[in-house]
Amino acid sequence: MRHPTVMRTVLRTLLAMLLALPLAAFGGEALPFSELSMSEPQRQFSETQECVQPEEEMRRNHMEYILHQRDETVHKGIRTRVYALEECINCHATRVEETGEYVRADDPRHFCAACHTYASVKIDCFQCHADVPVRESTLNTGNNSVPKDEIHGLAAELQQMLAAEGKP
Amino acid sequence: MSNDVSNQMNTSRRNFLTKAGTTAGAAVVAPGVFLTTPAAAKPADEPVDIERRWGILIDTAKCDDCSDCVTACKIENGWGSANPVEEESSPEQQAQWIRKVGLKNKSTGHVLSLPLMCQHCETAPCVDVCPTGASFKRADGIVLVDKHICIGCRYCMMACPYKARSFIHETITDQKPWAPRGKGTVESCTMCVHRVDEGKIPACVEACKADNHNAMFFGDLNDENSVISQELEKHGGEQVRADLELNTGVRYRGI
Repeated sequence: MRHPTVMRTVLRTLLAMLLALPLAAFGGEALPFSELSMSEPQRQFSETQECVQPEEEMRRNHMEYILHQRDETVHKGIRTRVYALEECINCHATRVEETGEYVRADDPRHFCAACHTYASVKIDCFQCHADVPVRESTLNTGNNSVPKDEIHGLAAELQQMLAAEGKP
Repeated sequence: MSNDVSNQMNTSRRNFLTKAGTTAGAAVVAPGVFLTTPAAAKPADEPVDIERRWGILIDTAKCDDCSDCVTACKIENGWGSANPVEEESSPEQQAQWIRKVGLKNKSTGHVLSLPLMCQHCETAPCVDVCPTGASFKRADGIVLVDKHICIGCRYCMMACPYKARSFIHETITDQKPWAPRGKGTVESCTMCVHRVDEGKIPACVEACKADNHNAMFFGDLNDENSVISQELEKHGGEQVRADLELNTGVRYRGI
């Protein structure tokens, strides 16, 4: 038993058994992660208008877009709506079916909370910012509307900046 | 109004409109000739610049006991009685973006009332003392707190000679999207920066006008043709604590 190879084999078997435990408990089908369900965004935009960026891009980099917009708005007074947090909320707000009220940020059904609770990433946006829609979206109306190709222009610029900073 | 606007126009804005005109076609007949009245607002995607300096002039002779400006500010920005959460705070701790102050001249007995808020100083003491750079002055002279980098140390509250800033002690909910505010940060009058950027006037000035008091003027101090500049030129306007040489953006008449 003192032989190192034997010890390694025993340890490996034990480890494999440990790893297999949760699988056995859930019968190999219902994994603990399967309970995670994403809130469907309320489609307050037109059917042709998708999210301001492709889904996979937003999942990975939404925080970069919001952070960039935040500094532009607070310090320079640039008030384009495309990457404004308020417009995220306007679109992605989830309503409780029974009452018709919007769920708040501390509710796991809130669009942001759905992932952030699961990933255990604490966000403090909603300590200051409104977590439910308050006024009509101005994303596609008035002087705040940005043509779709221009969205890509702005996004391309931001992606270049991110690349220069060595971020994915 | 349209004269006022065209006079305010700076070169970059003119360029933008000319360019927009050539692409949009219908908006401009010839450079400088507009079919529609141009809004005073800068384009949303343009940063503010130093060509403008926003200011407010308050005529104390026209200001009486009314506090419509304070109420309008509360409703617009969602502080004080407009946000029930804060009613639990003790009065000393409640937020005050703008307050009515009564003054009495002891020798003559003359009493006057005026609204006092952030004076939007050119050389702002709050900006000087801020250890994180959260307290800053925008290019157009509006002094703000970037609450993202405010650590709530309250140095700026100590430094401000006008007692214009408040610290948020309560957990806040139901904020206005255009006026985010939260526990642990300092806040003050923003000169309704979200409205100004859209070409509107601050809520307090609007309320004062709406009630026909007309004690408050808002405008560009750098533009000699603006109403506020002409009023200042004709009748003058003093700074509160002018001895501190802060070159405030808010001026008073009759103090």
